[in-house]
This record gives sequence, structure tokens and C-alpha cells, in this order.
Amino acid sequence: MSIVDRPASELRKSLASGELTSVELTQACLDRIVAHDQSIGAFLRVDGERALEQAKSVDKRRAAGEKLGPLAGIPVAVKDVLCDSQAITTCASRMLAEFRPPYDSTVVARLKQADAVLLGRTNMDEFAMGGSTENSAFQPTRNPWDTTRTPGGSSGGSAAAVAARFAPLAIGTDTGGSIRQPAGLCGIVGMKPTYGRVSRYGLVAFASSLDQVGPFATTTEDAALLLEAVAGHDPRDSTSINRPTPAYTESINKPLAGLKLGIVPEHFGAGLDPEVSTAVKSAIEVYKSLGAEVKEVALPHGKYGVAAYYVIAPSEASSNLARYDGVHYGFRADQSSALADLAAERQAFVAAGNAAAADNVDSPLVRMYRSTREAGFGPEVKRRIMLGAYALSAGYYDAYYLKALKVRRLIRRDFDEAFKQVDLIVGPVTAGPAFKLGEMVDDPLAMYLVDLYTVSANLAGIPAISLPCGMTKAGLPIGLQLQGPPLEEDRLLRGARMFEAATDWHTKQPTLAGAK
Amino acid sequence: MSDVPYTTVIGLEVHVQLATQSKLFCRCSTQFGAEPNTQTCPVCIGMPGSLPVMNRRAFELSLKTAVALNCNIPEFTKWDRKQYYYPDLPKGYQISQFDLPMSADGYLEISDPKDKFEPKRIGIIRAHLEEDAGKSVHDEAHGKADSEIDLNRTGTPLLEIVSQPDMRSSAEARAFLDELKLLLTYIAVSDCNMQEGSLRVDANVNLHLEKDGKKIATPIVEIKNMNSFRAVERALEYEAPRQYREWQETGRQLGEAPKQTRGWDDVAGVTRGQRSKEESSDYRYFPDPDLAPVITSAAEVEAVRESLGELPDDLRTRLTEGYNLSPYDADVLVNQGRAVIDYYLAVAGESGDPKLACNWVTQQVLRELKEREQAIDAFGISATKLAGLITAVNDGLLPSTRAPEAFQLMLAQGCDITAALAELKIERVDESALVELVKELLAANPKTVADIQGGKLQAAASLIGQAKKKNPNVDPNRVRELAIELATAGN
Repeated sequence: MSIVDRPASELRKSLASGELTSVELTQACLDRIVAHDQSIGAFLRVDGERALEQAKSVDKRRAAGEKLGPLAGIPVAVKDVLCDSQAITTCASRMLAEFRPPYDSTVVARLKQADAVLLGRTNMDEFAMGGSTENSAFQPTRNPWDTTRTPGGSSGGSAAAVAARFAPLAIGTDTGGSIRQPAGLCGIVGMKPTYGRVSRYGLVAFASSLDQVGPFATTTEDAALLLEAVAGHDPRDSTSINRPTPAYTESINKPLAGLKLGIVPEHFGAGLDPEVSTAVKSAIEVYKSLGAEVKEVALPHGKYGVAAYYVIAPSEASSNLARYDGVHYGFRADQSSALADLAAERQAFVAAGNAAAADNVDSPLVRMYRSTREAGFGPEVKRRIMLGAYALSAGYYDAYYLKALKVRRLIRRDFDEAFKQVDLIVGPVTAGPAFKLGEMVDDPLAMYLVDLYTVSANLAGIPAISLPCGMTKAGLPIGLQLQGPPLEEDRLLRGARMFEAATDWHTKQPTLAGAK
Repeated sequence: MSDVPYTTVIGLEVHVQLATQSKLFCRCSTQFGAEPNTQTCPVCIGMPGSLPVMNRRAFELSLKTAVALNCNIPEFTKWDRKQYYYPDLPKGYQISQFDLPMSADGYLEISDPKDKFEPKRIGIIRAHLEEDAGKSVHDEAHGKADSEIDLNRTGTPLLEIVSQPDMRSSAEARAFLDELKLLLTYIAVSDCNMQEGSLRVDANVNLHLEKDGKKIATPIVEIKNMNSFRAVERALEYEAPRQYREWQETGRQLGEAPKQTRGWDDVAGVTRGQRSKEESSDYRYFPDPDLAPVITSAAEVEAVRESLGELPDDLRTRLTEGYNLSPYDADVLVNQGRAVIDYYLAVAGESGDPKLACNWVTQQVLRELKEREQAIDAFGISATKLAGLITAVNDGLLPSTRAPEAFQLMLAQGCDITAALAELKIERVDESALVELVKELLAANPKTVADIQGGKLQAAASLIGQAKKKNPNVDPNRVRELAIELATAGN
């Protein structure tokens, strides 16, 4: 077994005992990336030099007997959506291809504080919009289990990086399922914490009221470790919850006695892949065998989740992405011919006797905005900006945005009612295993339905986790989702760990092409 | 077309910069006049990933203003995004308040001491908080067409106060602005410095005409870019007859033309149409998901109300009723601002003569301040010293004719009245000595005595000069009184 195959919790012990150095570990990760990332495409940029320097510094400080942070010397891959003052942050968009933020996001700052080694920046769907990591302006990411398939998205790069054991831990963001879905499709653990549990400061916003940062890992214990390091109140984020972060790693191995699990009948209806259905049902049997009581609960408004999500998220996105206008930073389309073009257009209208039309030709400024946004954004981002601008416009606001907000409240209320009866809700993460790259590129609506089982947690702000619970005959991972009440990450992690302890799905690893 | 009588209908939108040290959603300084783009941070310039955090102080100052404007303060208020593209708006939206502003339905009383209009109550539709945008600087010198952007102002807290269209003349609009500015400076929520952009005014104007028994309203025009209250008055005076002429030409009524925006050209003294597209702008307001709603309890509002202190209108009442000043005098004092009022109240209290104190403050003191371009805090004669001067006059230590001399000396030397009296050798003239002196003068001027006895009382004045020659400290009035009394005593 190679170093990189070991979970972070074990690596910590080895580092602490001096059996392993961070430089060795970091180098092993870098070697594996060099050997295999060409066929996966998990990273947009790997900064080996900086990572090794950090590793060296941690080793030195450890040798000097200094007190180190909880992630001391452990490599972590970060989704390219969290600002790092020492790294370009692109959001996988041409718009920010060369954007170097002058500040650290709170999550990156906390990783640095925890003495983690920042390995590099992982690929994603542009501005986190998508479910397959094919919307990256730079490259697609491939699923380590089958490189003809997608790793899911939008945090596909982070999920693939952990699944391929390029890094023991990775950071992702989840707006409608963007951590849990790729975790499920890549056979690893991914968690979306309660909205407000992790600071959004320095997270480049997609949909502010839904975005939440969370961990990827190969085990629930590692997920707990990473969450513990980055969670907590942040005065720079007004939506951050001012509550202490429990020590998840200390409680993770305490099983939940008398666990009451809820299942939602609609989650097992038409559209669910039979293999997924079977795997999830046998996972529920495992829980029963562990003494859990399982009962049906109703989430009657869940069926409107995707519709509400695809009104609210694009609305906020249309606003959040307005700042990319080419004026202050980032990409600006070449304007060298713009003035001449405008003059020519005006003249053409005048020559045609249409003075009014000539007067309506854009100003150079408007043309600059237009050409910049036209060339800087990819099609999915543009589609969502258009959807959002439409949903918020006068005359449609009430019918779309306001209605979606009402649905959102009802979904939250459904969960509140359900959690009066059960401790956790269990079900599938996705309707099927990883799909083929390009399979849904031309069918955005089908792609949106990928979020069917995950969006409700974002709309309600509740925490949810995805963990491996089976494999298809074709050898693709199947994920299990657990959802919990707000701020009950502790319960969620312990519930997930109970299953993990009783099964070995989390130990399965993909065989990488050309593996040594 | 024959003349149709019309009424001018005016509503004002006033943007007030709140007197905070830092911006509305970050800790950048709001100090005026810094080098461009030196007072900025990722938050106020909307860098990707940055998040706003509300400045409590700005909210408190707005609350203070809203309570002073007799507004209703809702328990729940939220932040909205107002979206439009402009180079000096770095996020592509402005954080403002849309459907749930932090205050609404207030009023401000205005009156004119010169009685040009009846006192009236101007309704306040709402007062809401928002962040300011930056500033575009267009440098077209030397054939260049460079545009530069200064984001120092971006995120500066503004309170937008929107009045009902309750004003009917430029004089009323002026009175509203004067009273509003006075109120804001009294409660110290803004310095209201128009040169520095701390107070900006837009006016909405149209006409109500009555023709053939039918009431007609003309389309509303918004006038922008007025940088002084005088400019607001002039623009309104220009705009009303212009709208009347336009109506005569086009006959267009409200609803038949979109709201027009016009700019005020202060040099030419005219309003000019600004390019406006036919369709109205769609700001796509929606609640800002980065900011929590603000909850304001009734107890907080009550605490603010109690902290307000005396407002200008209360002060006017106190001065006219408690201090017996004329409404005109009270208004002159109150309009000078809180510092002058405090000075006056101290002088009046310490001298025990509010009327004389008012005369001294509104005449000599204000004149000196104006000439010296000084604020009252820097004035050379403290309230206590001025009260000493007034007391000396009332006690007969200082003849009122010599009081200005003493005042100037005190101002020049910073001394008190005792020292001034000594320096000017002003001494109290003993009543019996004065009687002797007048008797002496009467004896020496039989003609004057005869004149007085003959009923020509003004003849007594001729003795004043002679008396002053003998003793410069004599009180001229007393000399005249005594002369008449003694000359007619024997009759």
C-alpha cells in the first residue's frame, strides 16, 4: 500500500510519530499527480514548489517541537473558487483566467492556520455552475473509475483528486449538490455543512444564499477532521452562524444509539437506477441490522425543489456575476476596433435613412461590457445569467422569484416536521451512477435534474453527507445520502460512520490507467 | 392661448452622507479629499468573494434621523440589491433598501419667519440607507478621452430622504432644505457639507393646472446636479414657467410622456434635458442574500428618541415662550446651529436678561463671527464674559453707550468686564454726584432750563455732551432724565 492510499487520520499519526515526513507525503502526492492527472484532469494548477516549501517548513517546525495545527503537513486540494492571495483564482472561467486575489478566503486562511499543505487548485464547472465539470473553460475532469465518464460537478476536480488519491483531502463547494453528487459518483465521502457553518468570505459567489463550503475525504473521520479545521464563526461573513464548532473528530466513532432513520418514498420512484436503488436499500438494511429504526417521512414539497432551485440560484448568480464587466479587473475583450465598428454601424444606419437606429447604437462602454461578457463567460454561465435576469425582472418577479422563495420556505418546513420524527433522512444521492462525458451537454434540463435528490438540503440550509454504499456491475461507485437537522453535523457524521464501520465500500479504489 | 393658472408641485429627494468614520459595509475611511483609490478594500470595491458587513453606527445615525423626522420605524427591515451597469458601480449593483425601508411616513414642519408662506407640514415618504457609488473622472484634455475611476466614495453610507410632493414654491423647497439641514446638524448625523457631497438634492417637479374646470397635471421632471440650495431655488423658478410653456406647446399630460431627467446648468441658469431612453429602467431589485435583515426593537427606538435632545422646532418654542423672544429672533438664533444656541442659552442664563442677551448675540457677536469667518467655539468672548458685560450694563456699572467699546476691548484682549472697565477707566457715577453735576449745568444754562420748562423737553439733550465732558462715565439717559426732573421740579 502506497503512502497516498492511506487516509488523512492515519497520515497524521505517522507524521506525528516521525515515521513519515510531510515532504515525503507531499512528494508522493505530486508524483501521483504527475503520473496520472493527465488522464483525469482534476487539477487546474499544481504548485509543487510552494507545497514542498510548506511541507518542509512544517517538518522543520515539528522537529523543533513547535505546536502544530490539526492538519499539519497534510496535503489538501482546493477548488479553484476560494481566494488565495498566493494563487491565481480562476473559477474555471476565462473571465478570471489571470485573477490573483489580494486576500485569502477565510477557508484558505484556516487551512493555512491548520498547517495544511496547499497542493493546488482543482477544476470545476465555471463559477460552480454545472453537474459534470464539463463547463470548465480550461478542461474537463474525468472520473477516475472510468475516464470516459464525468466525475460529477461542479466540484468534480476536488472529488476526482481525492478518489484518485492525488490528495487525501480536498475542499469543495455545494450550491445544489456540488459536493455530494461528485462524491457519490467518485466513491468518496463529501459533506455539505449547515448554511452558515463555514464562512463564505473569499468564496467567489455563485448563489450566495445556497453556497456552502465543505470537505471531501476517503473516510467520514477525515471529513470530520477537515470540517473541524475550516468551520466556525467569521465576523466578515454576515450569514455565518455564531456558534462554536463541536470537536467532530472526538465523537465520530460513537454510534448513535436508538437511531431513527427516515426514508422518503418519492426518493425511490421512477427514474431511480435499479442498481442504485438496490444499493441504497441494502444500506438501509445495514442500518436496521445496527439497530436503527426506519420509518417513512413525507417531504411533500421536495418535488418542487429543482424548479425553485433553478429560479433562485440563477437569480442570485445573475446579480453576483454582474461585477465581471471588464472595468476593474479580470478579462476585458479587445477594444481596438470597437470605436471604428461603432462609427461604421452608425454611418450605415444614417446612410439607410434610419437616424433613430443610429442613435441607438451602443456607446463604446456598453459595447465593451457586451463583448467582454460575451467572450469571457461560457454558455452555461450565460444561460443562468439570462434565466436569473428574466426571473428578477419587473413583471416576472412575483411569478418566479417570489414564488420560488415561498416554495423554499415550504421545503424547509417539511424538513422541520420530518426531523421531529426522525434523526436523519437516508436516501440516494443521485439517480444513477456517473454518466458519460458529453452525454448531457446538449440537454441542460436533463443535466439540471441530476440535482433532484440534493437541492432540497441547500434550499433548506440543512447539512447532508454523501458516502460510498455500493458499486454497479460495471464497477462504478454508488453513493448514499444522509440529511440532518440544521447544525447537527455531529449527528450526521456519526450516523455516516456507523455505516462505514459496518461496510467496506469506502476502501474501494479506482485502478488508474498506467498505474505503477 | 389664454393664461391658465397653475400650481407648482415639488417633491425632493435628499441624499445625506452620514457622519461615520467608516463605510457602510466595510471599515474603509470615509474621510474626504484623499488620493484617489486609497480608501478602498476588497469589500467596497466588490472583489470576487468579498462580503459586506453592516456598519452599526450608520444604522444608528439613520435611526436617529428617522425618529427626528417623525417617521415610523418598522421592526423588520432588509437590504436589497439595485442592479445596473456603470463603471463606478463596481459590483454591478448597489446595496440599498427597496420595499422594506428602515423608516417611512414621517414629516417635517416648515415655516417662514418672513411670512412668505403659511407654516406647513411636509410629508416624508421614506428614509432609507444605501451605499454610494464611486466617481468617474473624464479627462478629455490633450485630445485624450481617458476616463478614470475613483472608488474612495464607494460604499459611503447615504441616507436617502424622499419627501411627499407637498411643496408649492421654490421658497417652500428652500425652507424644507434649510430646516432639514438644520435638523441634521442639530442631531449631528451629518455635516451636510454640499461642497464635499455630503448633501445632494434631486427635485421632482410638475404643474397642476385648472382648465375648463378640469384638473390637469403635467409630466414629472426630475432635476439633478444642483450643488447648492440657491441652485435648487433657481432651478425650480426656471423650471415651472418652462414646463408651462412646454404644456402650452405640446398639451402633454402626466402619463403621456415618460419621466424626464433634466440637469441644472448653474452658469447659464437653465435646466437642460438629458438623454433618456423611452423604456423605464428595470433595476431587478431582490433581497441581498449576503446581509441579514435588521431587527429594530421598540425599546431601541425609544432610546434613540430620548437621546435626540432638543430639536430646532422645540428650541424655537422654548425661546419664544420661555425667553420671551420674538419669533424672528428665535429663528435667527436657532438657525445658527446648536453651538450658537448653547452660547446664547449660557449668556441668557448667567446674565438673567434673555432679551438683552439675544440682542448682543444676534447683533454684535454674529457680526463679529461673520467678519472673522469664525465659529462660535473659537470666539474671543466666552458666554460667561458676555454675561458679565450685560450684567454690568444692567447694574449701571457700564453705560450702554460705552458698552460697544468695552465689548471690542474684551474681544481684542480676551479680558473680562472688570478688566475692561478698569482699562477704559469706566467708573460708576454716584447718583448724588450726578445730581450735583446736573444742577451745576442747569445753573450754567438758563436758556435750556427755560426751554424745558416751556415744554421743549428735547432741549435737555444739549446738556448730555457737556456732562460727558465733565465725566465720561455718566449715563446719558440718566443725565437727560435728571435735567428734566430738576428743571421742572420747582414748577
